[in-house]
Amino acid sequence: MTKDAATPVWAHARLALRMIAADPKGLGGILLRSRAGPVRDAFLSLLPPATRRLHPAIEDDQLFGGIDFDATLASGTLVRSRGLAADEGLLILGMAERATPALAARLARLLDTADATAIVALDEGIDDEAPPPTLSDRLAFHIDLNDLPYRGLAQLEPVPATRVAPARLGPEDIEQIAHIAEAFGVTSVRAGCFAMRAAQINAALSGRDRVDSTDIEIAVALVLIPRATRIPQTEEEDQTEPDTPPPDTGDDDADQGNSDQNDRLPDDMLIEAAKALLPPDFLDKLAARHQRSGAGNGSGATKSGNRRGRPLPSRAGRLGGQARLDLIATLRAAAPWQRIRRQSRPDRAGVIIHPNDIHLRRYDEKSDRLLVFVVDASGSAALTRLAEAKGAVELMLAAAYARRDHVALVAFRGETAEVLLPPTRSLARTKRELAGLPGGGATPLALGLKEALSLADMAKKKGMLPTIALLTDGRANIALDGTPGRDQAGADATRMAQQLRVSGADAIVIDMGRRPENQLCELAKVMGGTYLALPMASAKTISTAVTTALDI
Amino acid sequence: MKQPFPFSAIVGQDDMKLAMILTAVDPSIGGVLVFGDRGTGKSTAVRALAALLPPITAVKGCPVNAARPADCPEWAGLESDELHDIPTPVIDLPLGASEDRVTGALDIEKALVSGEKAFQPGLLARANRGYLYIDEVNLLEDHIVDLLLDVAQSGENVVEREGLSIRHPARFVLVGSGNPEEGELRPQLLDRFGISVDVSSPDTVDERVEVLKRRDAFDNDNAAFMVRWRAEDGMIRDQILKARKTLRELTTGDAILRDVAELCIALGSDGLRGELALLKAARAYAAYRDDTALTRTHIRKVAPLALRHRLRRDPLDDAGTGVRVERIVENILA
Repeated sequence: MTKDAATPVWAHARLALRMIAADPKGLGGILLRSRAGPVRDAFLSLLPPATRRLHPAIEDDQLFGGIDFDATLASGTLVRSRGLAADEGLLILGMAERATPALAARLARLLDTADATAIVALDEGIDDEAPPPTLSDRLAFHIDLNDLPYRGLAQLEPVPATRVAPARLGPEDIEQIAHIAEAFGVTSVRAGCFAMRAAQINAALSGRDRVDSTDIEIAVALVLIPRATRIPQTEEEDQTEPDTPPPDTGDDDADQGNSDQNDRLPDDMLIEAAKALLPPDFLDKLAARHQRSGAGNGSGATKSGNRRGRPLPSRAGRLGGQARLDLIATLRAAAPWQRIRRQSRPDRAGVIIHPNDIHLRRYDEKSDRLLVFVVDASGSAALTRLAEAKGAVELMLAAAYARRDHVALVAFRGETAEVLLPPTRSLARTKRELAGLPGGGATPLALGLKEALSLADMAKKKGMLPTIALLTDGRANIALDGTPGRDQAGADATRMAQQLRVSGADAIVIDMGRRPENQLCELAKVMGGTYLALPMASAKTISTAVTTALDI
Repeated sequence: MKQPFPFSAIVGQDDMKLAMILTAVDPSIGGVLVFGDRGTGKSTAVRALAALLPPITAVKGCPVNAARPADCPEWAGLESDELHDIPTPVIDLPLGASEDRVTGALDIEKALVSGEKAFQPGLLARANRGYLYIDEVNLLEDHIVDLLLDVAQSGENVVEREGLSIRHPARFVLVGSGNPEEGELRPQLLDRFGISVDVSSPDTVDERVEVLKRRDAFDNDNAAFMVRWRAEDGMIRDQILKARKTLRELTTGDAILRDVAELCIALGSDGLRGELALLKAARAYAAYRDDTALTRTHIRKVAPLALRHRLRRDPLDDAGTGVRVERIVENILA
């Protein structure tokens, strides 16, 4: 299959599709990361014609079936609608990166329990947007078509959908897959199972009744490599391990075993071959993946939902999914029309309600707060300040649940500012990511604020209320463009502070220097925030100060 | 429906399996929380649970699986009092389930079509006398969590809305799973789980190989595989049934109660739920092992399971809470 050297990715994509068609139950589906465009269209045209499409906002009724209200009300007898998931076959989930964890959980249950349903999730995410991991972990193949040019795509005819029985595989194949998974740091056992299954199906599709090393190679490339979390260190350990399996398998398969072993590539060769498949910017992507927040879905918390919070007047709408009927308002809407409706339907008893009478409840909901700590990691006191800031973050998180807070941490030093901790509510994650913190150098205050501003904007898009806490002890001395110079740096910092004010984020400036710095006080004023002088502040005092100052 | 993977065929994850068995022996332990990475067998274990558990006897057609006709709620309007055996219910509570689906609500179809005021039972009714499973429990919306807390504590679901006033028993074992890196669980809910387990991916290649081998056998040699592991499941089931009997006759000395109390004081766990959960879990474990008296061995084994999630979280201490519990258990029971 990899003969088509110009477009191995395309060949793999086709192959994955063929395997899904051959064994939807065992493989779960494909996660296709690709922006909308001709390449993706070409891929979608390969799908068998009878596929159903889902969108991330799909409601339970549509997915799993429920009452068809319009038909029920019109006919006066109960009419049920059939959900999309009722039939077996391929489901396409568009804009999978916008799927909520709730939808992912339902689809995961569907994949876990249904007999022959497979999902092709189309991930159009940019940067750190990704589908919920609950779902992506259950899809065997992860394919990235983003860098594939449309020119020269061959084999555009639909893939044949033939079901096959999986080929046999020996214990040594299983061991090899387990070793490779281990080498690439793939921890999920589910991935290992998928790799095994993919090898078996590939062998069956190629007309073999036994898995050989090409099948394993394909399985590794399609299932394990996209999930890799590290680059294997082959040299030392693999010299000893692959030698062990062959001796005990030799006598099982007698003559067949011999030819098998000749075909068999040792683990380290397979790993080397697989390493070549890792994308060149693998390490950067890996770093980006670590920063990804698991719970985020990018779609934002609804501010006026229909489930909780302060009640708002109800509104006309369609019943279904999460919505709750406001019975009184519905009856009230229907009441004036009863006489007229009765004339047209004399046979109907009781109140005649039409779909457009339905009123739904609405509630007003408070959104979560995001607290962005912007920490000055420059100068001599940087390490203690960072450590105390980290302590404060953890203390705030320990109590965060009650306050519905998310916390993020930005540090700036030298010529850069970086997001050390993307917005999160997880203490476990914070502890891991804040383990080592760099410190020292100049003070690019404006850069730090800029980074904080972009976090705040992102948070606002997700429906959170951002608040910025700046921890520093000195004046800015690096300008936005990275050049030293106090005047320009100060002006830039003020400019960023103005932008922060415009963005509407709450702010607090904590001055940790020995003597209060007038410029910081001014900066706080520009931001429209509070200024606090806290020399030698500790984690506890910072978290108390922030809590009280912001009255969270 | 896909056939679930047999419970006993899950490789390793002994703590998780033990925790689930203990709740089967004594459902009043009050729930299992399984926290860990994806792909570690959490959902597999829960989905296997239904096939493992002994069946229960319930009134035919009863929406809350009542054991006696007298326990059936009036609103169900049952006329027959025929009993039948049903599998222990294991109900999935999906994330994003609406409050109506969970508690039950006015039966809208009946209200709109025939103008009748009727109650449509929700997931809590179906889970009565069984298990309620919430995957990604840490992502569950707050208002559903509040509601579950309330019901889990009182054992009764009270619905007061839309002119309905209905109550029905809702006693279930809450099984929650999730990945702590995606969000923390609210302490109040944490406390309601009797037992908590941390699962991690198998760390040796051998174990992974075993997992893959069993999976392969399950997929491709299903009949033989199921015969073998159904038998194992059957043995566990018999042991659970036997343990339920043993549990009634198990003696608990005062000295051991003292140990339990001392342990909880030393750990500084809030409230008395820790003591009760530890005691119940230890007794269930002793019964499962077919011992006649509760001893320190049992306490030692289950202490981390029952207490680890009740410690005051100290963000500045890096050791895992399980380690802290074990350390203190060693000191107290030395």
